[in-house]
Amino acid sequence: MGEVLFVILISAMITFGLRLLPFLIFRNGTDLPNRIKRLGEILPSAIMAILIVYCLKDIGNNFMADGIWSLTAVLIVVVSYKWKHSTLLSILLGTVSYMLLLHI
Amino acid sequence: MSDGKRNNMQVMKAAFLKSIPIMCSYLFVSMAYGMMMENAGYHWYYSLLASMTIYTGAFQFVLITFLSSGASIITIMLTAFLMNSRQAFYSLSFLDVFRDMGKRKLYMIHTMTDETYAVNCSIDDNTENKKDIMFFVALFSRCYWMIGAVLGGVIGQLLPFDLEGIDFCMTALFVIIFMDQWEKNKNHFPAVIGLIIAIICLLIFGQTAFMLPALIFVSGILMFWSGKKQKEGSG
Repeated sequence: MGEVLFVILISAMITFGLRLLPFLIFRNGTDLPNRIKRLGEILPSAIMAILIVYCLKDIGNNFMADGIWSLTAVLIVVVSYKWKHSTLLSILLGTVSYMLLLHI
Repeated sequence: MSDGKRNNMQVMKAAFLKSIPIMCSYLFVSMAYGMMMENAGYHWYYSLLASMTIYTGAFQFVLITFLSSGASIITIMLTAFLMNSRQAFYSLSFLDVFRDMGKRKLYMIHTMTDETYAVNCSIDDNTENKKDIMFFVALFSRCYWMIGAVLGGVIGQLLPFDLEGIDFCMTALFVIIFMDQWEKNKNHFPAVIGLIIAIICLLIFGQTAFMLPALIFVSGILMFWSGKKQKEGSG
C-alpha cells in the first residue's frame, strides 16, 4: 500500500501546485499587471456560468428521467430567488423538489 | 484589533451560514467517495488522507478507478494536471486578497475548490471581517469534506435513507451566486460569454473535458475585451 500513499501525495502536490501557480507567477513586487487584476475581477461571473453548465452537463444523457427534473429544479431556484432573495430558502426548495421529482 | 470588528463568534457564525450549502453537498458527495473507496478495498484512512491532501472532488473519484486498475503514475499525474488546472484560474480573483492574509495564505490557496471559490466570491462584507469569514468558510468546508469521507468508509453501508439528488444544492448555489453577480454588475458580457463558451465547449470537447478549454477561451476573450474597453475609456 506504499504505492497508494505515493500516488495520493503526488496528486496532492500537483493539485496544490496548480492552485499556487498564479501566486508564483505574479509574486514580484506588490503591483499586479492591470490586465490580470481586471481579469480577476470579471472572471467570477463567467466562471459561475461555466460551473452551472458543468453541473448540468449530464442532462442530455437521460433527459426524460433526469435532465428535465434538473432543469425544473433550476427554474424553481431562479423564480424563488427572484421572489424572496433568500439563498437558503431557494437552495432548500430547489434541492428538495429535485429529490422528490427524481422519485416520482 | 480595531473597533467595529465583529468578534470571533459572529465571524464564525457568518461563515457557517455561508457554508451551509457546501455542507449539504460535501457531506453527501464525500460520503459517496468514502463508500466507493471502501468498496475498492481502501479503508477510511486512505479516504481521509486523500481528502485532506488532494481535496478536489472530481479527481478523487477518478483516482479510485486509477488505483484499482493500476494505472501508470504518468497517467495519474497527467490527469491530475488536466482536471485540476481550472483551479489555477480561480487564484486570479484572489491574488491581492490572499496576499494580505499572512500565515493563512497557503491554507487559503490549498482549500480553493470550486465551491469554496464560489462562496468566497459572494462574500461582500467590506470590512476586515471579510478575510476572517473567507478563512472560516474554507476551514469548515474542508472539515465537511474530510468528515464525510470517513463516515462514508465507516458507516456508509448502514445508511437507511436514499439521499440521491442532494448534491443538487451545489447547482442551486452556483445559480444563486450567478444571479447575484448579474444584479451587481452593470455589464453582463462576462456572464453571457461564460455561458455561451461553456456550452460550445461542452458540445465540442464533451462532458469530461470541456471545463479547461472553456476557461482558457473565456479568460482569453475577457482579457482582450477588458483591455479594449480600457482603451476606449468607457466605464
